[in-house]
Parts: sequence; structure tokens; C-alpha cells
Amino acid sequence: MYARALFGSSLVFHIIYATLGVGLPLIIILGEVMNLITKDRHYAIMARRITKGFAILIAVSIASGTIVGVLLSLLWPGFMEMVGQVIALPFLIEIFAFLIEAVFMSIYLYAADRLSSPMRLLSIVLVAIGAVGSAILITDAHAWMNTPDGFRIVNGEVVDVDPLDAFFNPSFFTTAIHVTVSAYMTAAFVMASVAAFKLLKRNKTNEERAYHMKGLTMALVLGAVMSMATAVNGHETAQMLHEYMPRKLAAAEGLFETRTHAPLAIGGFTDEESESVLFAIEIPWALSFLAGNRFDTEVMGLNEFPKDEWPPLFVHTLFNVMVGIGTLLLLYSLFLIAWKFVLKKSFKPWMLAGLTAGGPLAIIAIEAGWLFSCIGRQPWTITNVMKTTEAATRSNYVGLLFFLFIGLYIALLFITSFVLYTYFKRNPVIKDLKEG
Amino acid sequence: MEASIIAITILWSFLYIYSMLGSLDFGAGFWGMIYGRKNNTGASLIANRFLSPTWEVTNVFLVLFVVALYSFFPFAAAMLGILFILPIGLGLVLLTIRTTFMVFSHSVKRYGRLLQVISGITGVLIPALLVSILPVTLGGFVTMNNGEPELLYGKLLTSFTTYAHILFGLCTQLFLSSLFLADYASVSNDQKAAQLYRKHAIMAGPVTIIVAVLTLFTLNHEASWFLANAEKQIYGFSMSLLLFLFGYAALFLKNSNGKRGLFRYAVIFVVLQYGFAIYAYGASHLPYMVYPHLSINEAFTNPSMFYALLLASFIGLTILVPAFVLFWKLFLKDKRYLQQ
Ligand code: HDD
Ligand code: HEM
Ligand code: HEM
Repeated sequence: MYARALFGSSLVFHIIYATLGVGLPLIIILGEVMNLITKDRHYAIMARRITKGFAILIAVSIASGTIVGVLLSLLWPGFMEMVGQVIALPFLIEIFAFLIEAVFMSIYLYAADRLSSPMRLLSIVLVAIGAVGSAILITDAHAWMNTPDGFRIVNGEVVDVDPLDAFFNPSFFTTAIHVTVSAYMTAAFVMASVAAFKLLKRNKTNEERAYHMKGLTMALVLGAVMSMATAVNGHETAQMLHEYMPRKLAAAEGLFETRTHAPLAIGGFTDEESESVLFAIEIPWALSFLAGNRFDTEVMGLNEFPKDEWPPLFVHTLFNVMVGIGTLLLLYSLFLIAWKFVLKKSFKPWMLAGLTAGGPLAIIAIEAGWLFSCIGRQPWTITNVMKTTEAATRSNYVGLLFFLFIGLYIALLFITSFVLYTYFKRNPVIKDLKEG
Repeated sequence: MEASIIAITILWSFLYIYSMLGSLDFGAGFWGMIYGRKNNTGASLIANRFLSPTWEVTNVFLVLFVVALYSFFPFAAAMLGILFILPIGLGLVLLTIRTTFMVFSHSVKRYGRLLQVISGITGVLIPALLVSILPVTLGGFVTMNNGEPELLYGKLLTSFTTYAHILFGLCTQLFLSSLFLADYASVSNDQKAAQLYRKHAIMAGPVTIIVAVLTLFTLNHEASWFLANAEKQIYGFSMSLLLFLFGYAALFLKNSNGKRGLFRYAVIFVVLQYGFAIYAYGASHLPYMVYPHLSINEAFTNPSMFYALLLASFIGLTILVPAFVLFWKLFLKDKRYLQQ
């Protein structure tokens, strides 16, 4: 019980920093590239300032990543036994991705002034490759837990292990793309939030406003592209669920009876008694179309599965939160882009105020997505192979550690915010703009 | 060679690398704290200049060790997880505090000193916790309850050998880091700091050797199997002692600046000294991971996974070698970085 709580909360914490750690290097690259193309030094300043923030966040990302990495082995011995035999490859390769990132991050941070521009660009590109590589590889392990492959179980023993089959398990590619583009989307909206917030303040000089506007535009365009990609690929992810994890899809949609022309339920609460989703808006036939691109696709319902293998039904809400935020941010960023570039009007304060919510919303969507994916797999840790209860440790000290770690995470959330705030307060944009 | 022996050798090599890097990292943190206030020599500056670009790489080697352990020896998970959850869990909390505070201290100068002291102190506690695992694996601290292993915390905390191990770990850390920082300072052309660190190394060296030998005498009677094995590795341990003497002697020879201390040679000899000692120790430890409950063959993975891992490690390291060379050039050799 505590094992799940401890591991779940550690991941929830790590994922905030890790996602930004994957996304921010891309934004730094964009800044560097824009600087090379336009020769506008605002972009160079932008890249440098984001790098400062990134250096602070990455410390927490690495520390919390070390925690989840080690806790994974301590808390889930049953699971690790299986991982070591079948899906150790991505974990090991991931370390090399970390090393690439760590080496070139140090080079970019501490040797920037001794490198030529192309070399500097190359090192930040390698940082980005290392970061996205590590995300994709850990996602591979996660995908394998959802759609295990590459081994057979005979009399409780693992046999016929094929590490490559396990590596390229059925959901690997879709899931990896989804995690990558959603991380880029999140970083873009976080940046848009900051820029919008700064633009809402009145006491800014014209040059500062111009600087923030450039950042906002860049983030907005990237955000729109990436949320489009996330939505398109999310559709594929849902079809992957339909094919390989029908139980999870049924729980996501609160569908109890197997049927064709299934409706899509938005909002509401899944009710076990009446076997329906209460207070939901139903779009007829949409779920069947989502699952198979045809209205007459047959979608499996929960009643096909034994009741003790149902995931908790509130995953419907988690799924809705993720998809809802994704759709909202996509539409809103398209609207703002059209407003600015097609209608050629300047943003109204309420538009900027709306945009400041974008970053936090994207992070909420990320968390909802992971929680949905993990909890929607329950009661299994490895789908149809290992139950969560078999995977967990039986140590008595987990409760104690749980409270210790929760305290640590809460403290760190405050301390990182404080450090970021103090740093940027003492080094405002205006200072960089003057110095150049 | 048997596959499991190859695997444990690889794993042991990762441990060797991490123990060297970790000693430098934690030790430099400690010296950075000690000399943080009185800035009359560049001692603190030197320590921090080394730490800033390297801690991230050091940390990855820690994770590499853990991942390699569970990849090559998945059946060790159950026992190691239950035995070490508390020391490792506490170690993780401290490590997180240390890492984040160390990085934060660069960004908020006003609280920099406080953050630095906290990360310096945790830099002493973490190795102490990690080293306290070693005596457990030698036997005498684990009981089996209905097939479940249990660590006897009371016995561990009241045993003399636990503290001897911890003391040895701390001496090692201070010896290695002061030696290395003396070299680093000397290359950076800060002779004052170099001599300061040289003094520490001269103190810490013999103390470390004495503590190491004394630690052997404090071992439990359950660990006598280990001593018997260690006698067969006498060649490795003697080599180690010899290399120590060479390295120590190098501290007293004059270098090209006319000052005492051929630091580069001293560092190389001492790193080799620890290499011989660590592999001899590892060889004496075989075939057990945790005596007498877990041996490497019981914990080993299947052959197809083993070969896949071997190939992946090989490819990964080949790709990384040029990156490490570049890293070395930029931070450990480039005069523009060292003398800024
Ligand atoms: C900004 C974040 C974000 C946004 C806007 C979306 N997603 Fe997502 N989604 C994630 C972030 C995410 C994630 C956190 O990255 C997950 C969790 C586990 C994973 O592999 O990716 C995920 C998982 C995930 C899963 C479960 C996969 C599994 O359990 O293996 C499905 C079916 C979708 N997504 C579908 C969608 C759809 C149809 C979206 C429509 C716009 C969508 N996602 C937007
Ligand atoms: C069970 C889940 C996870 C585990 C075991 C894990 C493990 C780790 C570890 C051990 C580190 C520290 C690496 C270092 O020392 O440098 C780390 C950092 C990181 N992780 Fe996670 N992680 C998990 C989930 C994720 C996810 C889902 C993502 C991506 C969305 C992610 C992306 C990152 C990034 C970007 C870093 C930091 C950068 C680095 O040092 O390379 N991680 N993770
Ligand atoms: C990074 C985002 C993730 C989050 C937020 C997350 C969240 C959670 C939560 C909340 C649980 C507890 C579920 C419950 O008690 O119902 C859990 C369980 C677990 N997760 Fe995830 N998870 C993530 C990704 C991963 C990844 C990438 C892995 C493995 C590589 C993983 C491995 C596990 C394991 C082994 C369990 C325990 C068994 C289980 O409950 O299924 N998780 N996770």
C-alpha cells in the first residue's frame, strides 16, 4: 500500500521536472537558431535566460530521477526480477543517454564562452537528444508493462526471452511519440505562460515588451504545432488501446456493454450501479470511430472482464482531463495565432490572462495522462502477467520512508520556486538587454 | 570465464569508477565547505570549479551501477531490496538535498553559504551510509524469518566493524579528494592551494592504510570465510600497498615549479592502488553477494539477456569515449577554464 503511494508520488514529482527537462532544450535550440538566422540578440538573451532556469530545474530532475530509479528496484523486487530478465535493455541504454546529456549539459553551461557558435549549438542539440532519448527509453519500459512481449511463462519461470522483441513491443512507437510531443507541447505552453504573465504587467519598457512578445510568439507557434501532433498521435494511442488493452479503453470511456456504434462520453462520473456514465455529454458513434476509424467498430465493454480485474473507474475522469486540456490548448493557441497573423490585431489583456493558465494546465494534462496510464493498468503491474500485489516489497519501513519523501518533495517544490523567483528577480531581463 | 563472472566483473568495475568519482565529488564538496569562508587561498574556488561540471556525470555512474546490478542480477532484487531499503532510502533523501542545494547555491548567492554547508555535511553522511552496507554483505547481520531476510539493525549499529568501515570510507574520501585537488590546483597554477591540499593528503594517506588494516581485525567471526579468501588474494593486496608507497613518495619529490609534490604521478599511483585493492576485495567476496544467503549464480539473469546487455554496454561506451575526451579537455586540462 505504502509502496504504491511512495512510488506514485515520487513519479508524480519527478515527471514535472523531467517533462520540462525534455522540452526546454528544444526551446533553447529554437532561441539559438533564431539568433543565428535573424541576428537579433533578443533571441540569444532568451536562450541564455532559459538555460539558467533549466540548470536549476535539471538538478531537481536528476535528483528525483535518481530517487525513482533506485526506489523502483527497492520497492518492486518482484517486478524487477521480471524486468532484469526481459526488459533490462532500455534501462541500460537509458544510462548512456543520461551520460550524453550530462556531459554536454556541463559543456554548454560551463564552456559556452570557449566554444564557437556552431559547436555551442551542437552541444545543446546533443543535450536535447540525450533528454528525449532518456524519455523514450523509460517510456519503452512503461510501454512494455502495458503490452508485454518477448518472453513466455512456463510453470512460473520466464523462458524464451527475446530482448529485441521486448524492446520493440507493440505499443512502443506510439507511446514514445506521444510522450515526446506532449513534453514539447508542455514546455512551449510553460514558456508562453511566463511571457504572457510578463506582458500583463504595466511597468515594462518598450524593449522589454518587444522581447517578451518574441518569446510569446515563438512559444505559441511551437505550442500549436505540438498540440496538433499530440492530438493526432493521441488518437493513434487510443486505437492502440483498442487493439491491445481493451480493458483500459473501456474503463477510460465508462463503457460496460460491448457494442458497435459506441458513443463517446465526455465528463460525468462512471457509476457502477447503473453501469453508465452519469452527467456526461454523449457524442453518438464517436467512440467506435475513435477506436477503429469506422462507426461500426465493435468496442469491448467492461463486462467482458472479470470484475476483480477492473481498474478503478475514476480513470474516466483522468482521461477526460488529459484530452480536454489537449483540445482546449490546441484550439486556444490556433485562435490566438489567427488573431495575430490573420486578423493582424494585438492581443487583449484577457487573452494573455487566459494564456498564463496554459503552462500549469499542460502540466496537469501530463500528470493526468501518466496517472491514467498507470492506474488504468491496475490491478496488473505487467498486463496479464503480474499483479501489483506480487510485485511489491514486503519491507516494514516503507511507511516511514513515505512520509520522509513526501516532506522532501513539498520542501523542494517550494525551494525551487523560491530559487527561480530570487534568481530572476535579481537578474531581470532589463539588465541583460542593457548589457547585451 | 563463466558468464556470471564476466557480469560481476563489469559490475565491480562500475563500482570502482563510482567509488573513485564519488570520493572526489563528496570530498570536494567537503573541502568547498571547509574553505568556503576564509578565502585567503583559492582552495574553495578550486573545489567548486571541479565540482560544477562534474557532479552530474558522477551521479549518472551511481545510477549506472544500480541499473547494471538489477539488469545482470535480477534475482538479487528481492533480498537486496528488503535488506537495504532503509539505508539506501535515507541516502537518497540526503543525496537529493546535497545535489539540489549545491546547484542552488550558485544561483542564490545570499543563501549560498548556508546551502554550501548543508551540501558539505550531507556529502560526509552519504558515503557513511553507503559504506555501512559492506559489512552486512560479509555475514552476521542478516537472519531469515520464514524465508524473508531481515537486517539486524541493533547489531549493525552497535558493532565496532560498522564504524571501522565508515571511518575507512571517510578517510578514503578525504585522501583521494585532497590528492586530486592538489593536482587540480597545481595544474590551475594555484600553488598555495596545491600545498594546502598536499598537506591534507600527507596526513590522510597513512591514516587510511592503518584504518584499512584495523578494519580487517574488527570483522565478525561470521566473516572468517572472507578472511580465508582474502589470504589467497595476497598478491593483489600487496600490489596495492606497493602502489600506495610509490604514490606517497611522489608527494615528496620536487615538481617543475620547484615545489614539492609530483601530483599527477601520485594521483595515478593511488588510483591504481585502489584498483588493485578493490578487485582483490571483490575476488575475495566471491561467490557471495550476501553471505551466506545469496550467491552470484543464484542471482544471475538468462544468457540471451546477458549477451544483449553486453553488446549494448559495449556500443554505449564506444559512443561515449569521444565525449569523455572532449569533457576532459575542456574542464580538466584547458588553461582558460582552470585559470579564470
Ligand atoms: C500535455 C499532455 C498531453 C495531452 C494534451 C494529451 N496527452 Fe495523452 N498522454 C500524455 C500526455 C498528454 C502522457 C502523460 O504523456 C501519457 C501518459 C502515459 C504515456 O505514455 O503518455 C498519455 C497517455 C495517453 C493514453 C494512454 C496510453 C497508455 O495507457 O498506454 C491515451 C489513450 C492518450 N494519451 C490519448 C490522448 C488523446 C486522444 C489526446 C487528445 C488530445 C491526448 N492524449 C492528449
Ligand atoms: C519509472 C520511471 C522513471 C525512472 C526509473 C526514471 C529514472 C531516472 C533517473 C535515474 C534519472 C537521473 C539520471 C541522471 O543521473 O542523470 C532521471 C532523470 C531524468 N528523467 Fe526520469 N525516470 C522515470 C520517468 C521518466 C519519464 C516518464 C521521463 C520523461 C517524460 C523522464 C525523463 C527524465 C529526464 C529528462 C531526466 C533528467 C536528465 C538527465 O540527467 O539525463 N523520466 N530519470
Ligand atoms: C512518470 C509517470 C508515471 C506516473 C505519474 C506513475 C504513477 C503511478 C501510480 C500513481 C502508481 C500507483 C498505482 C495505484 O496504486 O493504483 C504507479 C504504479 C507503478 N508504476 Fe507508474 N507511473 C508513471 C510511469 C511509470 C513508469 C515509466 C514505470 C516503469 C518503468 C512505472 C512503473 C510502475 C510500477 C512498477 C508501479 C507499481 C505497480 C503498479 O501499481 O502498477 N510507472 N505508477
